Amino acid sequence: MTAPGFLGQKLGMTQVFDETGSAIAVTVVEVLDMTVTQVKTKETDGYDAIQVGVIEAKPKHLTKARQGHLTKNELPLFRTLKEFRVSKEIVATYKVGDKVDLSFLETQGLLLSFTGQSIGKGTMGCIRRWGHHRGPMSHGSKNHRLPGSIGAGTTPGRVYRGLQMSGRTGNATVTVQNLPVVRYIADKNVVLVKGSVPGAEGGLLIAKVR
Amino acid sequence: MQHPLIREIEKEYTRTDRPVLFPGDTVRVNVKIVEGSKERIQAFEGIIIAKRGAGVGATFRVRKVFQGVSVERTFLINSPRVETITVLRRGRVRRAKLYYLRDRMGKAARIREKTTGYAAPTKFGSILVANANNPTEGTKKAKKKK
Repeated sequence: MTAPGFLGQKLGMTQVFDETGSAIAVTVVEVLDMTVTQVKTKETDGYDAIQVGVIEAKPKHLTKARQGHLTKNELPLFRTLKEFRVSKEIVATYKVGDKVDLSFLETQGLLLSFTGQSIGKGTMGCIRRWGHHRGPMSHGSKNHRLPGSIGAGTTPGRVYRGLQMSGRTGNATVTVQNLPVVRYIADKNVVLVKGSVPGAEGGLLIAKVR
Repeated sequence: MQHPLIREIEKEYTRTDRPVLFPGDTVRVNVKIVEGSKERIQAFEGIIIAKRGAGVGATFRVRKVFQGVSVERTFLINSPRVETITVLRRGRVRRAKLYYLRDRMGKAARIREKTTGYAAPTKFGSILVANANNPTEGTKKAKKKK
């Protein structure tokens, strides 16, 4: 294995057929072209990691500090930088400016975990957000979609943590673990993973090998 | 909008040997069935009462009455388990979903054959097949049977 993960972009979902003819729902994830922007070692930084950059940006979209960090090594201006913790042996194989080797995606039965920003839903009531039941709509009932009681009185004298209430939903960092890779198409830089991944189409994803 | 790359991937899984299907058509669908280690083919013959979806995931629903029991089955058009689809007869219908057939029995559930207009069979078989250069044998076979 040469890298513990990759940065990707969600392209959308479709379905494919396997050898037995079963249809599998898959998410199409583009594997972004990653350039090593910094190599961290135990001696200099306290841990071993490679920092990679993806997607070029205009100078005005990056801070001077970020620009300096990249231009110092004559690298393109990357919009996103991300670190992957890897073993010492792997770190030793990389130097700044290298492309990350993606051959690990060819592994049979590879499981990946995806982290992304989920789609923002705005403010939601408890019925939509948590699946609560509603109250009666008639017979004098005034409780149609209200949350109801939020707890007892003097004992315990507080509202329990984690109580399901209405509020902002989505737009959070979500990780989905252990999605099997159905197919890796190297010439298109695309991975088909079984199931769904967080976020909207075009959203950035951090994939990690289990 | 669907990403162009996804369309390309879908193309790989889309079968080009399928005839164009319309609601109202009478079809024979040969389905692969796996029994233990053996594989055999079973035919399902009936009227298409609905089509659904686009791309690789498109399906069609076939209805037949077997021994007085009505049976409906939905097939994925592009599924490798569907061996062949043969159009036996084009029907003349005026809507996309023929669910009204469920409430009808016997003579009332008949559909007139389409003889003119778009997708009507000609003496060369139906011209509207997915692969224009290679009209499926299915439509020709259907002609012979009649």
